[in-house]
Amino acid sequence: MAPQENPALSGPILEEQDEFSITEICSICAVEERQILELVEQGIIETHSVTQWHFSASDLRRARISLRLQRDLGVNPAGAALVLDLLERVESLERRVHRDT
Amino acid sequence: MDFKDYYAIMGVPREATAEQVKQAYRKLARKYHPDVSKEKDAEARFKEVGEAYEVLRDPEKRAAYDQLGSGPPPGQSFRPPPDWGSGFEFRGAGHAGPGENGNAAFGGDASEFFESLFGRGGFGRGFEQGAGHGGFGRTRRDRGEDHHARVTVDLEASLEGGTRALTLSVPAMAEDGRPQLRQRTLNVRIPRGIQAGQHIRLAGQGQTLPGESKAGDLLLEVGFAPHPLYRPEGRDLYLDLPVAPWEAALGASVPVPTPGGTVELKIPAGSRAGSRLRLRGRGLPAKEAGDLYAVLQVVLPPADSDSARAAYSAFAEAAPFNPRSSLGV
Repeated sequence: MAPQENPALSGPILEEQDEFSITEICSICAVEERQILELVEQGIIETHSVTQWHFSASDLRRARISLRLQRDLGVNPAGAALVLDLLERVESLERRVHRDT
Repeated sequence: MDFKDYYAIMGVPREATAEQVKQAYRKLARKYHPDVSKEKDAEARFKEVGEAYEVLRDPEKRAAYDQLGSGPPPGQSFRPPPDWGSGFEFRGAGHAGPGENGNAAFGGDASEFFESLFGRGGFGRGFEQGAGHGGFGRTRRDRGEDHHARVTVDLEASLEGGTRALTLSVPAMAEDGRPQLRQRTLNVRIPRGIQAGQHIRLAGQGQTLPGESKAGDLLLEVGFAPHPLYRPEGRDLYLDLPVAPWEAALGASVPVPTPGGTVELKIPAGSRAGSRLRLRGRGLPAKEAGDLYAVLQVVLPPADSDSARAAYSAFAEAAPFNPRSSLGV
């Protein structure tokens, strides 16, 4: 039997995408729009335009972390916002320690 | 297969109350959650703990598990007893998992041990769960759901770019409506410079729900297999660079392997073990190229000849010092 040739699939790096619509964020995070709106309300992610909701790759990352914290550790959105801020501080401190070693 | 001692994993005695099990889970989940944990193997531990909790928090599963006792003698493989599960009904899809919102938090692979005893139920394998649903969410969308899967590739795939054959276990719907796993092999172009944890977005390769015309995307999360030379961290690479004591103390120019070929690196005089020397732009070829950090490891030449031994003794006399002074001895 002749081997089947699987055509090579290619696609972009998700994290390098310039912007995401709210539908895309919902799809990628596999959540309902309501949960994304909650993240916006808490200031965890921000839309960059009023008419059409656009989110950055950094927003996507924050959304995923928040949703995982909520799902896995029972953190509420306000708590998730706090954790994200603290994580950012820790990362920034670690970079500084790294540099000075 | 290996027997899993869920009580040991959770650090609770066999007589622990449901409340004690829950408290133990909360502490361990916080400790090992990959988004916040600095522990080694955080992700593996988190999954392990999640799986243990999944069994111990459910009175039926716990009772069934307790019947197995403490497992076979060390060295012996485990097999479920022939009449396993008779008299028990294990709830499957829709069952509330360990996460407080009711979702299986160990979304990735359950262990072979767990699978053999409790079956697949509704736990999505290698598949991020939508909140509020166990198993396959029946939410209405204008397109199929995005699929998530994790793949491991060699570091060269990112350094050079290239196509790799990847095999995924993918949840699918059998005709009778029950979830099942299928194997799927894809030839995928790995984008040059991709970092661990980033995703390749394959449009239209996601799940097609019954009745949906448009498929969602397949998001492949990339991880790297260990590499003999380089340790990737973000877009940077780390390399342990052995140097001779005189090279570190007096300075030297030494050859260093980099993804782009061997380069000469100047070791400054007075360098110490653990010093990091940065080779700019020689890390992963991401949009913004990462750096390569050579971490100095001072290696002692063996004292295996008369002249080497003589040199060591001469050195000891010429530069007496106490390496243990910080210990107060």
